[in-house]
Amino acid sequence: MLLGALLAALINLNGSGHYLHWGFIQISAANLTVILLMIVVFVLALLLPFPRRKGRNE
Amino acid sequence: MSIGTDTGTDADAGAVTGGEGSDTDDAEVSRQWTARLRRSAESAFPPERLLPDKQPAFMASWIYIFGVLTLVSLFWVIVTGCVLALKGPSWWHQSSSGLFVNSLHLWSVEAFFFFMVIHLWGKFFMAAWRGHRRLTWATGVISFVVSVASAFTGYLSQQNFDSQWISTQAKDGINATGAGAYWNVLNFGQMLMWHIVLLPIGVVIIAGLHILMVRRRGIVPPFEEPARAHAEVPASATVAAEPSE
Repeated sequence: MLLGALLAALINLNGSGHYLHWGFIQISAANLTVILLMIVVFVLALLLPFPRRKGRNE
Repeated sequence: MSIGTDTGTDADAGAVTGGEGSDTDDAEVSRQWTARLRRSAESAFPPERLLPDKQPAFMASWIYIFGVLTLVSLFWVIVTGCVLALKGPSWWHQSSSGLFVNSLHLWSVEAFFFFMVIHLWGKFFMAAWRGHRRLTWATGVISFVVSVASAFTGYLSQQNFDSQWISTQAKDGINATGAGAYWNVLNFGQMLMWHIVLLPIGVVIIAGLHILMVRRRGIVPPFEEPARAHAEVPASATVAAEPSE
């Protein structure tokens, strides 16, 4: 259900919004997707090695 | 401004001064606010600090690129916004090229906030206010808040049902704060002017101050290097290696 809503939001951004409910929390699938993407990019930025020029002093 | 009696020029003094009693005149010139501002600016931002060609080795991390990505996004927000302002609403609503630039403006803003939030997370967990960098942090926070207001007024300026719905939903919240008497979200002209004049000027000025503070104090070092964290000199002065391009 959640994955389907996320994929629908990713594929079709021109329709009416999809919303997820969890208790008193309500968030659109689009906003949740962006937040999850930011977390993924943040973690990748911490973990991935930064390329360096070969032969340069460390 | 000190103006002397002779017609000779004295480029070194920076002003035209008299032949006799020039020591007194020089002292007077040195106390002027322009001279004091110049000396202060030269001291705080020497050219090698303002436009450094080297950075410390710890900058070679992906987490340090989100600030400049935010700036690049802001650049495209402003460029596409200027094009939209030149062409007008019927162009951005009806022509395919106008819709394309309108979308570029929207997605530049999306990228701007996307990268700015990751930049914020990175700097928060680095405690980027360390080492006399409080103003760097504060200007970043203020620019974030002003950017939110800019984006909000942008949504109000779309001239479609979406903007109508957002403005009618927002009015109660704004009115509840008491600001609605001066800042009326239902007033399209006022919101448009805030969006295309006042708030962009604010964002650019505060972001500029933020960059100047980064140049002044240098980028914050990681926790593993406490000696550098308390360094007064800019990080560019403690060069170990350049990050790769």
